[in-house]
Amino acid sequence: MKELFPAKQVMGFVFSLILTAVALLVYFTNMSFAVGMTILLVTAFIQAFLQLVVFMHAGESKDSSAIYTNIVYGIILAAITIFGSLLILIWDM
Amino acid sequence: MEFFERFAIPHPSPMIYASMVAIALVSIGILVGITYFKKWGYLWHEWFTSVDHKKIGIMYLISALIMLFRGGADAILMRAQLSSPEMKLLDAQHYNEIFTTHGVVMIFFVVMPFIFAFMNLIVPLQIGGRDVAFPRLNALSFWLFFAGAMLFNISFVIGGSPDAGWTSYFPLAGNDFSTSVGTNYYMLALQISGIGSLMTGINMITTILKMRAPGMTLMKLPMFTWSALITNVIIVFAFPVLTIALLMGTTDRLFGTNFFTTGNGGMDMLWANFFWVWGHPEVYILILPAFGLYSEIISTFSGRNLYGYKSMVGSMVLISLLSFLVWTHHFFTMGQGAFTNSIFSITTMAIAVPTGVKIFNWLFTMWKGKIRFTVPMLYSVGFIPLFTIGGVTGVMLAMSAADYQYHNTMFLVAHFHNTIIPGVLFALLAGLTYYWPKFFGFMLNEKIGKSTFWLVAVGFVLTFFPMYITGLDGQARRMYTYSEETGFGPLNMLSFVGSALFAIGFVTLVYNLYYSFKNSPRNIGSDPWDARSVEWATHTPIPEYNFARLPQVASSEAFWDMKKKGHKLFTGELKEIHMPNNSGVPFVLGIIFFIAGFSFVFALWVPAVVAVIGIFVCMALRSFEQDHGRHINVKEIKEIEAQYEEVPGNEDRSHTTTRV
Ligand code: HEM
Ligand SMILES: [Cu+2]
Repeated sequence: MKELFPAKQVMGFVFSLILTAVALLVYFTNMSFAVGMTILLVTAFIQAFLQLVVFMHAGESKDSSAIYTNIVYGIILAAITIFGSLLILIWDM
Repeated sequence: MEFFERFAIPHPSPMIYASMVAIALVSIGILVGITYFKKWGYLWHEWFTSVDHKKIGIMYLISALIMLFRGGADAILMRAQLSSPEMKLLDAQHYNEIFTTHGVVMIFFVVMPFIFAFMNLIVPLQIGGRDVAFPRLNALSFWLFFAGAMLFNISFVIGGSPDAGWTSYFPLAGNDFSTSVGTNYYMLALQISGIGSLMTGINMITTILKMRAPGMTLMKLPMFTWSALITNVIIVFAFPVLTIALLMGTTDRLFGTNFFTTGNGGMDMLWANFFWVWGHPEVYILILPAFGLYSEIISTFSGRNLYGYKSMVGSMVLISLLSFLVWTHHFFTMGQGAFTNSIFSITTMAIAVPTGVKIFNWLFTMWKGKIRFTVPMLYSVGFIPLFTIGGVTGVMLAMSAADYQYHNTMFLVAHFHNTIIPGVLFALLAGLTYYWPKFFGFMLNEKIGKSTFWLVAVGFVLTFFPMYITGLDGQARRMYTYSEETGFGPLNMLSFVGSALFAIGFVTLVYNLYYSFKNSPRNIGSDPWDARSVEWATHTPIPEYNFARLPQVASSEAFWDMKKKGHKLFTGELKEIHMPNNSGVPFVLGIIFFIAGFSFVFALWVPAVVAVIGIFVCMALRSFEQDHGRHINVKEIKEIEAQYEEVPGNEDRSHTTTRV
């Protein structure tokens, strides 16, 4: 019975609902822009990671290391692009 | 009537009317011809619905060659207009449209399909596989590319061509300054073919990582496949940026959003930023497969294994990372501070290091090799010094302070043609000559091939080297004319002469295809160049399943091992082969995408919505479809294999078979 019940997935689902609710709070409560943005960013990244690992099964197959390498590489490039653009267009304009 | 007025061209000229007539006549001619010779069934069953990587590769190749002539015609017109001061051949508007079209066609619809052609033709063979990982997706990639190309190409007869440059900078490309539908064509055509490229990227990465022959570890991949792997990784990370930038540009133009406008919180410079975040990796997407082809060719014709395999791989990995770190060098003059410019100057110059490593490796491969100066080798030998000059001028441009002088002059134009023509185009022509016999069963004529090389090489030097000088003297790019007093006249005339040689070179190329088709011997066996990697271990013509038994690989030159070191490449029993079924859906999707694109260009919402629904219907149908492919059983394989036999007199090269 234990093997049949997808405990991990159910937990993941509940957790992702909680994350969504927390993010929604930002809209319904009064808080400063900075605090709101921080909450949104943090919940968004946890949410994305959760979906990847729990529901898209990253890390369950043989080539999990290839998948994680790709994700990390993607994150690095995205960060370079974003901070580079900010540098060019705002901080050093 | 008002409805139809929007399809008229805003700036007609006799030349455009003539092209309209020509296009209509040629299309009718083709349709009548196919019907007359009863070839519709053949085309549909053997080509339009095919998911065979070899056929898709050949379709990419044909499209690229046709588009090369379209782009080439534009180029000749531009050089003719600039050949002497105050020429009246083209007016300013027409000139703008032509340089825009030339750039877009050459990058997106010539070089991209050309490299996809080689990836499709060669990668599955080099890894000893039977097809790519997702054959139907592969067909879809091709038809999306084709739909995008056709959409872009009709712009000059329906509604007007884009005229804001291949870089399409805002605010010029916005509705205020580009009032015709031309820029809509740009946004949508590139979007559609870009989606195709992204799919190919995913497909090829999966293929190379998952479908290699037994024994072929990553460090035993032939070099072209390595270059394809790295290229596709760059594609997958770079193209989404273009997709989003094009989407934002489209909504700015069609739905009045303000991403790139100058008012209402828009930021026009953001376009240039995004464009080059994609654009610089793009130039490495173009050059890396070319490097791969040169590696194969140079090692074959030097009779030696490639020098510095590991450093070749390492330098490509490094290039793929660095290519994402340099994009600002395309707009040093946009107004950001010296601090930012300095950072990007340094990263840009750093790219020259791994590139230099590769150049030395090729030189060391030739060192003490027994070089055979065949046509592909001539291109490769010509490439090394010419490309190096392009790299050196690149480093000159990379100095941000100096770039204030060079930017937007003919010096820049000379630089990038100097990298793209000897770098990429030479490789494509070399690869075409090299792989032609594998796919078409006869060799291209060497004599004519050599004259093509010399015409193209001399034509290139005469066309572009003068631009370094006029550029330093201040001739701006994208200007449709100049005055007598500037003194640019004679050098521009020289450029024109060079481009005429270039054009003659391409005529000889086409003549070569025709001449060789008529006259070349057919019993050349399957290994006419005495080559080294596994793609040459297949029969010629290649059976649809490529290899009856999958090869057992122990080095990056398994075929050479087999010929010279007694390596057993094919062992074991024949087994049933599983192959994918053909499908018409990718072709249909291509048509629907074309209709959707066209409707968006002209803001025809009803057909646009219908077409978009059609796209989703096709996708939904696919997910409910049960298609397990088909099997070729052992008896059939034996029958097919029995059709091939050793070519008499070729035994010492061994295993060179041909169909009897
Ligand atoms: C050593 C390597 C290279 C360096 C340091 C380099 C540097 C540069 C720089 C600084 C610019 C911008 C100049 C300006 O706008 O004022 C530029 C433009 C360009 N480069 Fe390179 N480059 C290199 C190799 C290549 C290669 C291999 C290709 C293509 C295969 C290429 C294609 C281009 C293109 C297409 C443009 C300009 C496009 C435009 O503005 O329309 N470059 N390069
Ligand atoms: Cu660049």
